[in-house]
Amino acid sequence: MFVIKCPYCGERDQTEFVCHGEAHIARPKVPSEISDEEWGSYLFFRSNPKGIHYERWTHDHGCRRWFNVVRDTVSDKIIKTYRMGQSKPEIENE
Amino acid sequence: MSNQNRTFSGGRIDRNKPINFMFNGQKYQGFEGDTLASALLANDVHLVGRSFKYHRPRGILTAGSEEPNALIQLGIGARTEPNIRATEIEIYEGLEAASQNCWPSVNFDIGGANNILSRLFPAGFYYKTFKWPPSLWLFYEHFIRKAAGLGESPKAKNPDRYEQRFHYCDVMVVGGGISGLSAALAAARAKCDVLLVDENSYFGGYLSNSEASVNGKKIDDWIRIVCEELESYEHVKLLNRTSAMGYYDYNYVTALEKVTNHHQELSKTLPRERYWRIRAKKIILAQGAFERPLVFADNDRPGIMMASAGMKYLCRYGVLPGKSAVLFTNNDHAYLSAFEFVDKGAKVTIIDSRNEASDRVKNRCKELKIKIYFSHSVISTFGQKKINALEIQKTEDKGNKLVGAVKKIDTDLLLMSGGWNPAVQLFSQSRGKLKYNKKINSFIPDIAIQDQRIVGCNNGDFDLSYNLENSFQSGLKVAKELGKDINFENSNFNGKEHIPFVSAQVEPYMIGKKGVTKGSKHFVDFQNDVTAADIFLAQREGYISVEHTKRYTTTGMGTDQGKTSNVNALSLMSHIHKKPVDEIGHTTFRPPFSPQTIGAIAGRSVDSLFDPIRKTSMHKWHEENGAIFEDVGQWKRPYYYPKKGEDIHKAVNRECKSVRKSLGILDASTLGKIDLQGPDTAKFLNMIYTNAWSKLEVGSCRYGLMCNEHGMIFDDGVTSRLGENHYHMTTTTGGAARVMSWLEEFLQTEWLDMQVFCTSVTEQWSVLSISGPNARNFLSELTDIDLSKESFPFMRFREGKVCGIDARVFRISFTGELAFEINIPARYGSYVWNEFMTHGKKYNITPYGTEAMHVLRAEKGFIIVGQDTDGSVTPFDLNMEWIVSKKKEDFLGKRSFSRSDTSRNDRKKLVGLLVNDKTTVLPEGSHIVEKSKSQPPMKMLGHVSSSYFSPTNGHPIALALLKNGASRMGDEVEIPLMNGKVIKATVTDPIFYDKEGLRNNE
Repeated sequence: MFVIKCPYCGERDQTEFVCHGEAHIARPKVPSEISDEEWGSYLFFRSNPKGIHYERWTHDHGCRRWFNVVRDTVSDKIIKTYRMGQSKPEIENE
Repeated sequence: MSNQNRTFSGGRIDRNKPINFMFNGQKYQGFEGDTLASALLANDVHLVGRSFKYHRPRGILTAGSEEPNALIQLGIGARTEPNIRATEIEIYEGLEAASQNCWPSVNFDIGGANNILSRLFPAGFYYKTFKWPPSLWLFYEHFIRKAAGLGESPKAKNPDRYEQRFHYCDVMVVGGGISGLSAALAAARAKCDVLLVDENSYFGGYLSNSEASVNGKKIDDWIRIVCEELESYEHVKLLNRTSAMGYYDYNYVTALEKVTNHHQELSKTLPRERYWRIRAKKIILAQGAFERPLVFADNDRPGIMMASAGMKYLCRYGVLPGKSAVLFTNNDHAYLSAFEFVDKGAKVTIIDSRNEASDRVKNRCKELKIKIYFSHSVISTFGQKKINALEIQKTEDKGNKLVGAVKKIDTDLLLMSGGWNPAVQLFSQSRGKLKYNKKINSFIPDIAIQDQRIVGCNNGDFDLSYNLENSFQSGLKVAKELGKDINFENSNFNGKEHIPFVSAQVEPYMIGKKGVTKGSKHFVDFQNDVTAADIFLAQREGYISVEHTKRYTTTGMGTDQGKTSNVNALSLMSHIHKKPVDEIGHTTFRPPFSPQTIGAIAGRSVDSLFDPIRKTSMHKWHEENGAIFEDVGQWKRPYYYPKKGEDIHKAVNRECKSVRKSLGILDASTLGKIDLQGPDTAKFLNMIYTNAWSKLEVGSCRYGLMCNEHGMIFDDGVTSRLGENHYHMTTTTGGAARVMSWLEEFLQTEWLDMQVFCTSVTEQWSVLSISGPNARNFLSELTDIDLSKESFPFMRFREGKVCGIDARVFRISFTGELAFEINIPARYGSYVWNEFMTHGKKYNITPYGTEAMHVLRAEKGFIIVGQDTDGSVTPFDLNMEWIVSKKKEDFLGKRSFSRSDTSRNDRKKLVGLLVNDKTTVLPEGSHIVEKSKSQPPMKMLGHVSSSYFSPTNGHPIALALLKNGASRMGDEVEIPLMNGKVIKATVTDPIFYDKEGLRNNE
């Protein structure tokens, strides 16, 4: 069970958080103008990397804020957490 | 005769405090400090159970938590616990215990026939025999479970209390042997918060039962002084009787503390067990090692035990389990047990599989006149319920060949030692990688993933002085890493042992390898009755991966998880495949380390504390007025209010009729309520709901549907504009939290520039929903709000006083009648409800529950999200095109309406169903077919989503999702029921009452 550093509250137990899957998948600005395939990709397709994974979490039983987490899916090490709206940090696989 | 095997002195028991207990219905006496195993051995009871598969007589193999044989049914009635290791049970006055897996008794067990028929039960027997046909497995399983079994779980509710505690510390030390104590001492002196846990009732571990010394002090004195120092620190916590069970990411450890298991009485104040959830910055594993059995013919008879266990019974419990003992060993260290036994008056013969031992032990044997047979193996044992003799034979070629004459030796105890296995379970659970160490022929920790250190025998180091010093330094190092200001120093602990723990020369056990002797069994896994022959068979049949061998033979799959058997199984596989053990690999260790009770995992989260119960302000009134409650999420909602002699149908019919005829009242407080404020709220609602919100005026209400991005409905409700930038949203009772999260998600992740605040106000408001032709007449007598049709039309909102209390009144209707939803600050909810009930008498005000509410809304064809929808239903499927804006460029879900699957025109649509017989209320969930057949498959068209008897119409009504529903109006469909009957029904419009919607506009 992880210890996660909420960017707003600090380190807390994983039981306070909920994971919401892959991060940095922006909602298309004008959905009506994109193809079914592009829309389907936004709805259904996610990467499933071995190693560095960017994901969205909420501090549900805390400040209720959404933020991003960089986690290594092999070691389960949480490498970085950062606020929504901040740009995606480039992190290499170990 | 009682305690006939007890020595006159010595041991850590109190001979002045006798304790009486029952085993298999017979009375015995032990002493304070005894375990059930030691007390039984003191009374010369060796036979304690029958084995899992062959029902062979079994005795006590070990003296600790690794025990595979002596599994006991402890206690009786509701507190009984199965599969408890006799070696871990501390006896108390009146303890009752019994053998398991035997009938009618452990001495005469009918299942023992399995042993004679054992050639019929090889590895994989059940898979091979009961494979066909698959449908009969359930039938077989009943008998298999009965025959091959462990203990019985209690039939009644357990009266014990269990609790959980969280603990945070700098350093957690697992294992309170000398290495753990030394490490904890260093960390404690460096002012770290230390938690030290040990599964035993005492600290000191294996050596606490020995004659070893530290700095010239007896080891027991050293242990006592260290414990006293540790206890003197406020920042140190020592927990005995506490097993670390699971080791998870980020140094999260669960541990089970047995608090009052060893007490006679149920405690009024203390729990039976306490489950610790520990997060430690640093963890030091000092769990020691388990002695490894030897694999030879019939190595499982009662009276055969581990050498270290024999010594523990002698030194800790003052029990001499045999007077004419044989030691069978492949290492020097086990000789210690022989010396102790001789010292206490027993005769000992040593069989050493090696061709040589150290001079130190040989000289001592000469002094004590102990005969040693080098290069010999035990090849068979005798004795039905206890060993009485064994045969040995000389070996050649590293034990691969038996030569010379067979010699028979009479004996009453066989001690064995195959070396030691570090207890790597927790290390492995924490994802640490293991490596095989040829010196000790076992796995030791290699690469750690978590922030941890491993010390002592746990790390494969067996030298006392080295372990004392190295553990102490480890304690100092973690303190340094934690930023503690320390001066590195030496512990200055010099340990002395008579015999070094494991000598350099340890041979693989390799006894069962050649010509597995016919008619006898070489047990590898004692608990699951897995023999060397089974391992051979698994390899022959192709189950050569270690994971396959494990599952095919079930080796290591018992409640002991192979603590004594795993390494021997792997060594045997290594021998068969002629590959080093490293290449064979090992199976994965998973939590828990030892069996643990479900009670402890549940803790206090049982019964009423299992899940929170949410009650409305009016709950007491409902209770007092005979409401039957229904759980809606965590809420308790009145289901219906039966009057004397009424069943649910009569009560619901009466409630419905009162609403349609005069006046009903519903406690709608559980509806989700979200307060939305901010300049962008209208813009936000436009994105969240399918319909348009820009033009909603202050003081007006609007119904909305929410869809997810797939275009599927996930919630609905009425939202009202209270002020320029202020809205009040209602959601379904069950969906309130989900909707709140949904709103927050988009505000925080997609539309960060929108200025909207969401606040859950569900519990701030009590909602009294009054409904019926007399609603206006009634309410006008209690409020200053002008309720006239002209100034307060349908779908409007007004503020004012109701019964003198500030209220928000919404003119909305879920029953189709003239209705008002009156929102009152929750603290006045009960008051206003009572006022309503008093003043409403002249209108025959009738409280109605959720069932009547469902019937009334179904008569009107109003949907319930989650009942008439299931996450795969679009607004179009419900014929609700009118609520999907065509003008809005974008809203959540819109783009998906044009996806090929969502826009195809043969989707299931909401329709009404009327049964042709006018009497059958269709079961909800029933499948609808075009034409029923005697058996599946049949072409399915959809299902019934809502179904009730409609009191207003006088016949049943149903809502259904039906393929091509819109084009099937007037068609006849069939609904086959579970009981074989087929009901015919006609497809209709889903609105069964007041189609024009005139009544709620009154």
